[in-house]
Amino acid sequence: MRENLSRQLELLNNELIEMGALCEDAIASAVKYLSTADSRLLDNAAEAERQIDRQEREIEDLCMKLIIREQPVATDLRVISSALRMTSDMERIGDQAFDISDVAKNIAPLKVGGEIQIYDMAEATVRMVTESVNSFVTKDVAAAKAVIAMDDVVDRLFDAVKNELIAAVEQKSGKGELYIDLLMIAKYFERIGDHAVNIAEWVIYSVSGEHKQRPQA
Amino acid sequence: MKAEMDIARVENDDKEIRTVQNTETLTEGETLIDVEHMNLWYGENHAIKDVSIAIPQNRITALIGPSGCGKSTFLKSLNRMNDLVEGVKIEGKLTLAGVDIYKDIDVSVLRRRVGMVFQKPNPFPMSIYDNVAYGLRVQGVKSRVQLDEAVERSLRQAAIWDECKDRLKKSALGLSGGQQQRLCIARTIAVEPEVVLMDEPTSALDPISTSKIEELALELRKNYTIVIVTHNMQQAARIADKTAFFLLGELVEYGDTNKMFSSPSDDRTEAYITGRFG
Repeated sequence: MRENLSRQLELLNNELIEMGALCEDAIASAVKYLSTADSRLLDNAAEAERQIDRQEREIEDLCMKLIIREQPVATDLRVISSALRMTSDMERIGDQAFDISDVAKNIAPLKVGGEIQIYDMAEATVRMVTESVNSFVTKDVAAAKAVIAMDDVVDRLFDAVKNELIAAVEQKSGKGELYIDLLMIAKYFERIGDHAVNIAEWVIYSVSGEHKQRPQA
Repeated sequence: MKAEMDIARVENDDKEIRTVQNTETLTEGETLIDVEHMNLWYGENHAIKDVSIAIPQNRITALIGPSGCGKSTFLKSLNRMNDLVEGVKIEGKLTLAGVDIYKDIDVSVLRRRVGMVFQKPNPFPMSIYDNVAYGLRVQGVKSRVQLDEAVERSLRQAAIWDECKDRLKKSALGLSGGQQQRLCIARTIAVEPEVVLMDEPTSALDPISTSKIEELALELRKNYTIVIVTHNMQQAARIADKTAFFLLGELVEYGDTNKMFSSPSDDRTEAYITGRFG
């Protein structure tokens, strides 16, 4: 029954998975460009960002079509409304991955020692994005909750990077621009982590119907 | 006007004194119709199974479910339209503002308080005016002024006054289907019931007439409690505050409409409203 709707929802699912994969590519390219200064990776990040934008538009069109034609309710409605929100977060991830590669032009190839944990941040953030997309694919609420918990790790790493950079600036090493760029990159990673959290929250809502209780302002 | 009629009722019928008092103490959103452990059989056929539901005052409650699920039977039980069906047996407690519908109230009084609008518009073969005045005349109202007032008020409330004010003496059968249905609603509310039951009131109407009836239901909610049976789930989603899902004589789920259509609690509700039933 309602086979067309089921087929279209399957298509939506696949489109979202594809968009998630593009986000992972975009971040991976940006990170690798930072460490290698290989200009092909810069092109990759820019191309991924363009594809992500196109994918967002396609998913939006599909969702609007489903709402108009199928008047979805219950789980169908939650999946479609979550998809619309998730694509916004993924689009932001794409933009921020590109921003990282853009800032990285000034400082790549970047070799940082153990004290500045920018690559640890990159790794943790990529994992959050990958896991949030996986939790969507598998409709796994527990996995989505694990992504939300991982945000604390990224936040702690951001604080650590920031403190290291402050200390470095105070030593007047003459590398002010590098440190500012690194701080911006760290902030982009931290924001990407937040978008991965949003994606995980939409996964939880689409599966269970439960919104995360936000702290009272 | 309402106060006058209430006084008249109190004078006419001792039994109603406490009824009127009870209703007046209710505020919107409080339970007006309370059904506890209702069972209904048509002969051997157990058509309603242990249904308990509290229907709030000044709200629209939609009853949904596949054909034969018991929703229309349940609706008709609320003003005892099933009494005439041969072999019907009803158990459980059904109260209207605390008064037992099947024990403590005369059926004609009950039907004045709980009016009904049917699937197919059924105006009487008489003038528009006489259709609306019918119930009041049956109650013994003779004053021309009072009747004129009630007819205009009812037609206005039913959002059809402007369309028929210049043809009140013309036959109601000359109206379009959608107009006839609004006339039937005017006729129902002319006697100022507390509850209006609607049994698929728009299933025979085009989309424009349907949306007029839906707007009307939302407007009428301010003064009346509405219980509506509908096969159109979007209609329930659009106008109902509460929705009840019936299946095979059971009340599967009952709750706020928004919750029901976004996150139903029961898998059977989910399957039905998403069209994946069976």
